[in-house]
Amino acid sequence: MYKSRNILAGLIIFIAMATFPFWSALGNDSVAPVLELDTPAINQLEEKQCVESRDFMRRRHMELLMEWKNAVAREGMRIYRASDGKTYDMSLQNTCLKCHSNKEEFCDRCHDYAGVKPVCWSCHLEAKGDE
Amino acid sequence: MGMGLSALLVIALVLLAFLGVQVAGLQFLFGVVIPYAAFFIFLAGVVYRIVKWAQSPVPFRIPTTCGQQKSLPWIKSNKIDNPASTAGVIARMALEVLFFRSLFRNVRAELKDGPKIVYTWEKWLWLAGLLFHWSMLLVIIRHLRFFADPIPSFVKVISSVDGFFEIGLQHIYVSGIILLLAVTYLFIRRVAIPQVRYISLLSDYFPLLVIFTLALTGILMRYFMRENVVAVKQLALGLATFNPTVPEGISVLFYIHLFLVSVLFAYFPFSKLVHMGGIFLSPTRNLPNDSRARRHINPWNYPVEVHSYEEYEDEFRQVMKAVGIPVEKE
Ligand code: HEC
Ligand code: HEC
Ligand code: HEC
Ligand code: HEM
Repeated sequence: MYKSRNILAGLIIFIAMATFPFWSALGNDSVAPVLELDTPAINQLEEKQCVESRDFMRRRHMELLMEWKNAVAREGMRIYRASDGKTYDMSLQNTCLKCHSNKEEFCDRCHDYAGVKPVCWSCHLEAKGDE
Repeated sequence: MGMGLSALLVIALVLLAFLGVQVAGLQFLFGVVIPYAAFFIFLAGVVYRIVKWAQSPVPFRIPTTCGQQKSLPWIKSNKIDNPASTAGVIARMALEVLFFRSLFRNVRAELKDGPKIVYTWEKWLWLAGLLFHWSMLLVIIRHLRFFADPIPSFVKVISSVDGFFEIGLQHIYVSGIILLLAVTYLFIRRVAIPQVRYISLLSDYFPLLVIFTLALTGILMRYFMRENVVAVKQLALGLATFNPTVPEGISVLFYIHLFLVSVLFAYFPFSKLVHMGGIFLSPTRNLPNDSRARRHINPWNYPVEVHSYEEYEDEFRQVMKAVGIPVEKE
């Protein structure tokens, strides 16, 4: 091999960068975030159910929020009829955060894990819906 | 021909992942075994290619002169385009790798008004190539959010800059969309320009189509079908910690995405894509042009027996004198 010092240095840099996920995870026994559902509002529910099904909420809650926002801000409608027929007031603070009043242990925990940072809280209050 | 075949290949790969996961339920194979195998082939293959290249001697400088060579002190030389020192070579290489400097010199040659050749401005290939590579890098760095917990701060910073724009309430990652557009342009360019199409082969179309499909499935997952990101991260972290798990609730679209990544990585060392490593070994870029200052000895030179004129004359002096041939030494 010619110029073996340079080649070796280059290969070591390449391997170090390519295996970053492996060595950065060394000694890491991270588990999926535990979502805390233990809030006063949820504890009062007979049936522990979100606005829509759990799978739908997991994947599409941002779409639902967007739909709500547009309905409220553009069309002035405030009542949402869920697919199971229940009705909800379309509001981030007064509906979502009333049940999920533990935003830090719920929304934030999940978002930190997934690396998303919604920018709602510069305008909407984080405070519990039923203050 | 190459185009049709590579399109068929990509469709077959997508179908394979779809059937394997949806019908046969081979989540573990497509989510764990194949990604590990592909990553191993990628690492070992790239190392093998580089070591193999490093075994060819490069005895002579191969200057591509885009500037004045260093010679006499009062002749101004171009230190980056015709470097004589290692620092100059590093600068030239960095500009090449980061900004595709030699591609920037690209022009289009056309015959105009009979046999007159005209060179015209052509920076689209450079622009699309640069956008393509940079956005691919950003996409890959941003994907590290799936592989590390807590997410490293450089990934967060890059994601928040990249996700500056929002549509509705959601952040849009510009690099993912630019990647899709740029790869589409690069593909259309190959098909639409007859000269380029003439020299295009399966090995040109195939990687473009794989990356196109990758970006497409990624964008579908993020903005339309909505992947269960938490479950995906569990799978990815499981791979990174050698503790593989296959969580419930991941859609088949993700397995198609992951399978195409695996195919791309496994194919990488055996294809043109190794230019990622090869660029650093290209002699016209990594050699200082110092032929006038240093003697470069060819390593495979064998000792040559020489018979110099002095020796010749010593041997035949008497005879030469006898027939009247002039000699240098009496
Ligand atoms: C009536 C109380 C209530 C309201 C209002 C409510 N949630 Fe929920 N939410 C729940 C409960 C209970 C669960 C757990 C459901 C389950 O385990 O099936 C849940 C689950 C979720 C999940 C899935 C968590 C997981 O386990 O993956 C998300 C995401 C979520 N909610 C977001 C929201 C958003 C966004 C809103 C506002 C649009 C909202 N919720 C409004 C009670 C509520
Ligand atoms: C099960 C985990 C989970 C929970 C719980 C959760 N989210 Fe999310 N949320 C996500 C993920 C993952 C994304 C990003 C999806 C992606 O990257 O495609 C997201 C995205 C969003 C977005 C869009 C932001 C963007 O920039 O893309 C909003 C808004 C949002 N969540 C609001 C909420 C609110 C409000 C709550 C609490 C009531 C909540 N989420 C609870 C996982 C969760
Ligand atoms: C620039 C400030 C601002 C930001 C940032 C913002 N909103 Fe809003 N939002 C408003 C305003 C103003 C309204 C109208 C309130 C009304 O008419 O009751 C509203 C209304 C809404 C509504 C319906 C009404 C209600 O009471 O909640 C929803 C849902 C909503 N926004 C969700 C979001 C989400 C989710 C985010 C984060 C991704 C977000 N908004 C970010 C200003 C903002
Ligand atoms: C060369 C490699 C890859 C390329 C070019 C690529 C490309 C993309 C693109 C363009 C997106 C759209 C969103 C964005 O811009 O980030 C995306 C999303 C996604 N990719 Fe990849 N990807 C690659 C590797 C991977 C790997 C290895 C995984 C496995 C964890 C993965 C999982 C995902 C997931 C889950 C999404 C959806 C993200 C979301 O919903 O927020 N990708 N990909």
